[in-house]
Formats: sequence, structure tokens, C-alpha cells
Amino acid sequence: MALLQIAEPDAPPVARERKRAIGIDLGTTHSLVATVRNGLPVVLADDDGRPLVPSVVRYRGDGVDVGYAAVAQQSRDPENTIVSVKRMMGRGLADLDDDRRFPYQFVDAPGMVRIATRAGIKSPVEVSADILRVLKARGEAQLGGPIDAAVVTVPAYFDDAQRQATKDAARLAGLPVLRLLNEPTAAAVAYGLDNASRGTFAVFDLGGGTFDISILRLTRGVFEVLATNGDAALGGDDFDHRVFCWIIEDAKLPPLSPADARLLLGKAREAKEMLTGHAEAPIVATLSTGQKIHATLTAETFTAITRTLVQKTLGPVRRALRDARLAPADIDGVVLVGGATRMREIRRTVAEFFGQPPLTNLNPDEVVALGAAVQANALAGNRAEGDDWLLLDVIPLSLGVETMGGLVEKIIPRNATIPIARAQEFTTFKDGQTAMAIHVVQGEREKVSDVRSLARFELRGIPPMAAGAARIRVTYNVDADGLLSVTAREEASGIEASIAVKPSYGLSDDEVARMLQDANAHAADDARARALAEAQVEADQLLEVTRAALAADGDLLDATERAALDAALRMLAAARGTGDADALRSALDAANRASGTLAQRRMDRGVQRALAGKSIDQVV
Amino acid sequence: MIDFTRNHFELFGLPRAFAVDTDALESAYRALQHDTHPDRHAHAGDAERRAALQSSARVNEAYRTLRNPVERGRYLLALAGIDALDETDTSLPLPFLEAQLERREAADEAREAGDLPALDALVASIRAEARQREAALGVALDAGRLPEARGLVRELTFLQKVAADVEAIADALVDEAG
Repeated sequence: MALLQIAEPDAPPVARERKRAIGIDLGTTHSLVATVRNGLPVVLADDDGRPLVPSVVRYRGDGVDVGYAAVAQQSRDPENTIVSVKRMMGRGLADLDDDRRFPYQFVDAPGMVRIATRAGIKSPVEVSADILRVLKARGEAQLGGPIDAAVVTVPAYFDDAQRQATKDAARLAGLPVLRLLNEPTAAAVAYGLDNASRGTFAVFDLGGGTFDISILRLTRGVFEVLATNGDAALGGDDFDHRVFCWIIEDAKLPPLSPADARLLLGKAREAKEMLTGHAEAPIVATLSTGQKIHATLTAETFTAITRTLVQKTLGPVRRALRDARLAPADIDGVVLVGGATRMREIRRTVAEFFGQPPLTNLNPDEVVALGAAVQANALAGNRAEGDDWLLLDVIPLSLGVETMGGLVEKIIPRNATIPIARAQEFTTFKDGQTAMAIHVVQGEREKVSDVRSLARFELRGIPPMAAGAARIRVTYNVDADGLLSVTAREEASGIEASIAVKPSYGLSDDEVARMLQDANAHAADDARARALAEAQVEADQLLEVTRAALAADGDLLDATERAALDAALRMLAAARGTGDADALRSALDAANRASGTLAQRRMDRGVQRALAGKSIDQVV
Repeated sequence: MIDFTRNHFELFGLPRAFAVDTDALESAYRALQHDTHPDRHAHAGDAERRAALQSSARVNEAYRTLRNPVERGRYLLALAGIDALDETDTSLPLPFLEAQLERREAADEAREAGDLPALDALVASIRAEARQREAALGVALDAGRLPEARGLVRELTFLQKVAADVEAIADALVDEAG
């Protein structure tokens, strides 16, 4: 550790205002943390020089092991050693295509599955937060202080529920996340900036448990994602599992104990990895029953038992190209990302499909973390001269609402560039109706039963009118992280309908708050001074922006609203001078709230997308 | 950030017409995103970040609209006060509808027969017809024949849907084969 800290000969003698920024690749099988040092992204290794942290968490009676320490115990304590938790993020028990593959005691909770461990019932969000804490601590130790900015990567094909779960995990770990970044986009940043490339590129990212394909165009410092597709439950794990099944069949084994299953899965992975450089791999193991396994897996057999998995990647590749309106020959370069792309059959299939050998000059395990570090560095404000690039990403899956007859009406199409806002108008169905329910879903199919339910919104407080007279404008916003939020207002009266959000998945805000309390009971004080400085900057900006907005669009507010906003701004200006962080923060919150109406109306004025009025069948 | 009272053409500094200079549109789009994208304001306060989010979303929306000929035509009609996809009038010419019904039947038959090339050819023919109608839409809009343009936008929107349906059938076929 000490060695790493002095290995910065180019660091200026006087510490400048440089933010501590890290990029985190939170992977299915392993995770990494990287930072930018002297203008170059580097992965932060542990004291033994190991860059990877296995994404394995073991709950002991008296603490938590993460990484290699957990791996060492996993076949001895499989029920309490959680692997591949990423596959469970934002997923219910019914979503896990084969929950018997895992040796855990699953608890089917509403929305997201939970795991019963000896340390209590754990949500996948909490398990992921335990991994993130280790990465954060490594970053803090090697950067010499608290982290100012973090970027956490997610598979491009992650839906809203999976993204939200990842963001919750980062919050729980106390990471200041400035952005969720799509993994293939992160890889493109690492590649594109490294090679000063321009043109149209395909990023083929087969990780431990997820598969993404992104088509990007690089022009003059803009990384524009044209289309993305994938399979959020396909990765190297599945290849291991095929080998595991083959061992069982080959050796005609009876049903295995969890410990033996874990042992053989490890052997299966080793054999798969060996085949990237050899024609065959021996598999030798002794089970707890005393039975000895002695098998040889040849490359031919491996190809045969995994052929359907390799083929499964091509459907998403074709769909992404089609959405981008491109043919394989239009692609200037193919980038391979993820440890699973080391498999020879994958390389051969990709090369054949695109008619060119893929680029592999960056380590496929590290490239995502490196790109995330570069983005974190830029977002934190550490941009150097000439670092003037921009990432334009897309939403991977269409967002829609449920309409009559259980059908989906698409509101935001897949591959739309984010951020994006779309408005939709509804009307009431009955005389005097004061509430209505809206069901937001994500996916490409036409029936609600075939897509993922994201949330149910109840609009309350609609003024009673004749049926069809109320006009309720619902605005769906997807931010740069790909996360959805919804606002609604009744147009005729100007009344904001209140929204009760019931996420169909994951954790409620209360749950996250409780977990945060548990986790962060100790870490509160050191951020105080920084909080004050930040709040002062924020106050200055809010005052400036709001005054400009009032000058441009002041007519959007009536006299009462205007007076309230003016008062809030005066309070803020006064609190700015006191040096009391708490007072300033509450003045900021009040001013932010007071300016919300103006901001919302400015956007409504902007979003000129009036879809025809529709009534919805779910009348509350 | 940006002036929300401007229409999409004004936002990018382009003339309000069906023909669009794609290079000018793209470079104006990139310049606006350089200013407005939330990543450029990541360490700013809530209000500025919210303004960036709204501005960037608006720029994306405008770009998406002007880049696609059908959306662009529909938007030009909207600027002229005409809602091309008004749901109270969903009529389309009968011969047009019949031709699309035949296409859907052909797609179903190709699916039964597992005939992927036939599905690809069907999509290609729909796209070729769409390109012809897009050209006609430009002519009609430039000549101020708005009712005709409205009809073309409706037909083109329908064609997009048919093409997407046939592509979904082709996808299902490919996935089954895989």
C-alpha cells in the first residue's frame, strides 16, 4: 500500500483541487475499482497486487468476508457464501430461471428475492453493497481520503428495476454515485480515447452473468450509442454450468450436496478457462462422499455442449444492428469485453459474423472499470485540456403504460437517446372521478403479462368534473442513468395530482432508509465541512439559474407562486452568508421546492407532444 | 440552457422545411448536447442539474423528431395546427389497408414455412414503399398540400408498424432456430 502511494513522481508538490474519483465495475463474477492517475486510468490492486475482487460475499457469524477470503470458504459454507448476486438484482424468485442452481435458501419477498443467511435475511442490494464497500475502501486507502465521485457500471440491457437496485446498493455503501454507466459504453470510452478512434463500433460484452451488445458511433469526441441489445441472464456462468452438468452426466453422479456442487462448479470453471489455451482440460476432484472424479473435457466436447449458448448471443446482435439500421459490414471495429470473450468459440463466432477479427488489445476484464474511471474523473471536474468528450447513451427497453384489455402502449421506444421526457394526456372515465391508476411497464411485447411491471402510480386529488373533462398530463422522465420518474398534473385546473408510487420490484424508500441507518451509523461527521462548501456553491448556482428562469418565463407563475418563490430566494441568499450548513441546506431545499413548479411548467411548455386524450380502464 | 419557446427547427438553426441538411442537424445537435447534457453539469446544484436534464431531454426529442422523415412531416403538420394522428379520425384508404392485410398474411405464411428470406424481402418491400411515400410527403408539404401530407403521414406511420411486426416475426424465427 505504502509503495503504491509514493509511486506518483509526477504529482505536483502542492495538492491542487483534485477530486478523488473512482470507477467501479460491479460484475457478476468479479468486480474492480479504477481511477485516473497522471492522466491514465489504472485499476487499483490489493496489497498482493491482485486487481480483481471476486464478487463473492460470505456471512460469518461475526462479520462479512468479501472477495478471495469468501471464495476460499465457499465450498465449505455454500449456503452463507453468496455468488453471482448480480443475477438477483431487481429480480423476484420467479424471474431466476433456475433457482435450484444456487445453494441458497431463497425467501420470496414482494419484488426482489431475499436470501436467508446466518447473518439474517439479506436483499441482493445489501449483498452488493458489501462488495461495493470493499471497493470503496480500496479506493479511499489508495487515493488518501474520502471518495468525492464514483461511477458504477451496469449492463446496458439492465432494466429500470435492476438499475434502481444497483443505485440503491451504491447508496447503501455510501458511495457518491454521479452516474450509472452502461458497461459497453464504458469499454468504448477506454478504447476510443486510447486509440483516438472514429467510426462505427460494436462492443460485444459477455460477462459472468450478462450479455450486452452496443453499436456506437464515435465522432469528434462524441460517443453516441445508436442501439443496444442483450440478455440480462446470459454469461460465463452459464458455460460453467453446462460443463458442470456434463461432469455429472459423464460421471453418472447422484444428486450432490451444496458443498459438492460448489466444488464441481469451481472445477468446471477452471476447465473452461484452461480450454482458452489448451485442446483439453483434466477435471479431478474428490467429493465429500469419497467418490473420485476423473474426467477430461476436450475442446470439441466443450464446443458441442455450449453451442446453443454461443448462438444465443447472435439474436441480440442482429436486433441491435437492425435498430441502428446497419449491416455487419458497416462496422469499423468490434471490441470484445468481459472475461467470457476469451473463449475461442466466442471469438470465432464474432469474427465470422462481422467478417473481421475483433479488437482485444485491452484486458477484457479491466476495460469496463478503466472506462468508468475516466468518466468518473471527468464528471468530478478533473477534466484536462482536450478532454472534451461526451457520452450519449440510450434506453435499452421500451417504456409503456397499460391500456384497455391488458395491452401495452409504448411511451418511450427502446434505443431512444437519454435523457428523454414524454408526456401523455389522460382523461377521466366517470363523472366526479378524483383518482386514477397508471401502470408503467418495460419491455417490447404487446401484452402487459409479457413485460416487466415497473410501478403503479395512483393519481389522487383530480378535481371532480364530468367524465372526459379533466385533462391529466403525465410526464415520464428518463434521466442519464436510464432511471424513470413520473410527474402528473391536471391541466384545466392546474392542480398537481399527487402520485403514490408503488414500485413493483425491489426495495421501498423506507427499507433503503432503514438499511442506510444500520450501515452508516458511524460515518457522519467528516463530511460536514465539505457539505457546507458544496451547499454554498449550490446556493449560488440556484440563485443564478432561478433568476434567469424568472426573467425568461416568469409569466408561468401566478402572483402567489411568484411571491412564494421570491421569498424562498431571499431566505436562501440570507442563509448563504451564515456559515450554518444545516440552515443553508434547509433553505436550499425550500428554494428547490419553490422553484420546482416553475421548472415543471417550463418543461411542459417545452414538451409539445400532445398525444390524444385517452381514458384508462383502471379507475380507482 | 435552451429557450423552450423555440420550435425544433429554430433550436437547431435550421429552416422550417421538410428537406433537412443532415450534417448541419448533427453538428448543431452535438453542440447543444455539449452544453446541456447532465454529464456536463454533474457537480452543479440541484436546480442547474434539473435544468440541464430538461434541456438535454428537449434537445434529444427535437433531434429524434427532425432526423426521422415521418416524425419530421408529422411535426411540420403539428406546427401548422394539424394533428396527423388524431385518434378521433383513424381512417385510411381501403386499398392501402387491404395491401397491408395481405402483407401480414404473407408474413404469417412465411413464419409457418420457416422462410426467413421471404420475411426479409417483405420488410425490404415495405421500406421501399415507405421511401417513396416519404418523397411524396416532402413534395406535398413543400407545396402546402397539407391534407395530402396528413394522409401520407398516417400511411407511413402504419407502414412502420407493419414493418416492426414483420421484423418481430423474423426475430422469433431466428431465436427458435438458434
